[in-house]
Amino acid sequence: MIVYLVRRAGQSVLAVVAMAVLVFLGVYAIGNPVDVLINPEATQAQIAATTQRLGLDKPLWQQFGIFLGNAIHGDLGTSFVYGRPALDIILERLPATMELAVVALILSVGLGVPLGVWAGLRPHGLAGKTIMGGSILGFSLPNFWQGMLLILVFAVLLGWLPAGGRGQTTEFMGLEVSFLTLDGLSHLILPAINLALFKMSLIIRLARANTREVCLQDYVKFARAKGLSGRRVVMVHVLKNIMIPVVTIIGLELGSMVAFAIVTETVFAWPGMGKLLIDSINLLDRPVIVAYLMLTVLIIVTINFLVDVIYSLLDPRIRLSEMKG
Amino acid sequence: MKAGKTSLIAGIFALGAMPALAQDLAIGLKSEATSMDPQFHQLSTNIQVHKNVFETLTSQDAVQKVGPGLATEWEAVDDTTWRFKLREGVKFHDGTDFTARDVIYSFCRVPLVENSPSPFTIYTASIADMTAEDDHTLIVRTEATNPLLPAELWSISIISADTLGAEEEVVFGPQGTCEGLGDVPQSPAFNSPDVAVGTGPYKLESYTRGSELTLTRFDEHWGGTPAWERVVMRPITSDGPRVAALLAGDVDMIESPPIQDIPRLEDGGFKIVDALSNRIIYLHMRQEEGAPGIEGAGDTNPLMDARVREAISLSINREAIAERIMGGYAQPAGELLPPPMFGSSGRPVDAYDPDRAKELLTEAGYPDGFTITLGTPNDRYINDEQVAQAVAQMLARIGIQVNVDASTASQFFSRRNALEFPIYMAGWGASSGEMSSPLKSLVATFDEKTGMGPTNAGRYSNPAMDEVLLRAMSTIDDAERDSLLQEAGTMVLDDYGIIPLHYEQTVWAMKPELDYEPRVDQYTMATEVKPAG
Repeated sequence: MIVYLVRRAGQSVLAVVAMAVLVFLGVYAIGNPVDVLINPEATQAQIAATTQRLGLDKPLWQQFGIFLGNAIHGDLGTSFVYGRPALDIILERLPATMELAVVALILSVGLGVPLGVWAGLRPHGLAGKTIMGGSILGFSLPNFWQGMLLILVFAVLLGWLPAGGRGQTTEFMGLEVSFLTLDGLSHLILPAINLALFKMSLIIRLARANTREVCLQDYVKFARAKGLSGRRVVMVHVLKNIMIPVVTIIGLELGSMVAFAIVTETVFAWPGMGKLLIDSINLLDRPVIVAYLMLTVLIIVTINFLVDVIYSLLDPRIRLSEMKG
Repeated sequence: MKAGKTSLIAGIFALGAMPALAQDLAIGLKSEATSMDPQFHQLSTNIQVHKNVFETLTSQDAVQKVGPGLATEWEAVDDTTWRFKLREGVKFHDGTDFTARDVIYSFCRVPLVENSPSPFTIYTASIADMTAEDDHTLIVRTEATNPLLPAELWSISIISADTLGAEEEVVFGPQGTCEGLGDVPQSPAFNSPDVAVGTGPYKLESYTRGSELTLTRFDEHWGGTPAWERVVMRPITSDGPRVAALLAGDVDMIESPPIQDIPRLEDGGFKIVDALSNRIIYLHMRQEEGAPGIEGAGDTNPLMDARVREAISLSINREAIAERIMGGYAQPAGELLPPPMFGSSGRPVDAYDPDRAKELLTEAGYPDGFTITLGTPNDRYINDEQVAQAVAQMLARIGIQVNVDASTASQFFSRRNALEFPIYMAGWGASSGEMSSPLKSLVATFDEKTGMGPTNAGRYSNPAMDEVLLRAMSTIDDAERDSLLQEAGTMVLDDYGIIPLHYEQTVWAMKPELDYEPRVDQYTMATEVKPAG
């Protein structure tokens, strides 16, 4: 077991280092930040001074060395645009993105699972077919377009909800959140739906397929034969068993929702990390781009590592085969 | 059907937002201020926000004419000495009085701002000394003759020496050698309203990065009570959502609505305000041997020949570009700054004459034309890539085959500055509002030592013009400088050293209850938004 963990941790570290190299080289390839940042009226001498101050006059390997050296101490550089540590700026935006992702997750699970189970129980009924048809739409319509449509219908035509922004926020356990005020909540609804639609469709399809499979299992038939109520059969015997794959998916998708809510955040002017990434790319704010991507890599690698560890604890087969390999 | 939908939209915002309009104003901006420190990043998105909170010694009106600001009058005592009379009775937001000491402190802090991506030192570098004759009289000495000083002072925001912890006496020294500054607060501190204290019509209430910026009225402003009690500025970077926010009534006014959405906004009952900007869109050509990206022209660079450059200019139908591609929101350009701005000569726009262009090419020895790469950004100027494509087609008609190489702004500017393009399209906004700005940056001979021609990526060089320009830049007398600048501009254009295409028009869309006096510098300033009527 220890051997397995050590090997797995080593792989994770390797992945992070490989990503650091790729990210740094990739970012280095896209243009010179000084050309974008500096006022065009600046003279050649002022441009040279700024280039030097940002450390961009050094050769690539040296810049990378400085970056690695600082990164080991937890310093991912100072933002060119904001003049503050890149990591601080990203973490400042994290609560907004987390809130959006969590609400979207609750929506997609809260609606996706019941709808999927219903469709699975009555696959040939009108409701079941409608739900499945709807989930195909949720899958295939581009996220950006969905967002614009939501704005057009609910904000412009009906005027029920605001078109974007975060609205009023209040402090909750030391974090700025918007779901506690009416104004904040009204700002949260549309982007959360936009972010949730795709995941919801995924969960609906997953839940439906599993429900149909589980319904044919002997223990469900036996439960029905025993004369248990339909409600109890669904709530206890079916639901419990379909939740295993659903939970796995939720775990994986939460990471991607936090890291890549970019489209939704841009459409709804939501002040989260994704929007920061887009703005930073446009301004070639290298330290923020690199720090963001490194943070994302770290989050996903960590989640994957934990998932692998949990799997190996749950399933002895994985543990054994890995040990042999 | 269309009319029904339109009136529905109009009805919704009329019902929903009317009551709020009386005192509050919400503006949707296309990009966000990166800091509330007015001396941190010299960037138009920052400056237009700071101008509501901070003031400067001089002001620039909607057509960039320099007028009084915190200084009421000034005179040039000799070629390098200026005397400024400061406005009396001006208070900072926290109640402290405005004196010459605050001005000296403000200029002293500029070189001390850390991590600035684009420092304001380009405007303070020419200042050799500043002394206060009394609390409201300031003497400024410059290193060399600098007629642009009053215009440049518009860029340095005045901050409060007392609030920021300066000592009783602040003594000026050049390049960050001032004394008595105390512990100078750095940029992040300015995100707090306690530090971001200015004398402007609005006070900073809160600044939430990425989300919104709130300003409140400063009742004791020397210029009278501003129009709005509260102003909210929200960055909405994508065009579609920004228009939607206006349609939905989330904001009262937006900047830069996409041109294709303007008819729809007008149908919806919104007011569209537009004005000619100081931004010229131009073509610049590499005028040196060994230019890359040219084929079929033998060993020489055809762009070295003024007849070829003239042919390029004559082959472009600027009217068609302004009408069809820019939707009427551009004006064909005959020079680098729209008349009647300072230093413009009113030179007529080059006529569209493809036959003459073809003749000129033949005379120059290129009867069959040649092939060339045209560089352009695709997300920086209004419809930039489409304009470049149109230019390419027009040039094809006289035999010059053009490959358009369009890339995102960050890529384009790096490649342009690395001299990768034989011909490129770009834009220039004259921040000083004077012809000296485009001439100095775009067409003066590139020279790292003197700082001339920093954006001259065509490497055009005309020593005679350089001389006239330098003379203009050290002439204090306005009338004389004006005529020298006109002369220099005419020399470049007669030589077809650069080809002006059009002046962009800046557009704002707002509710009909509002009024905005459009500015040539494209700034969106809450102080200039007034209730209509």
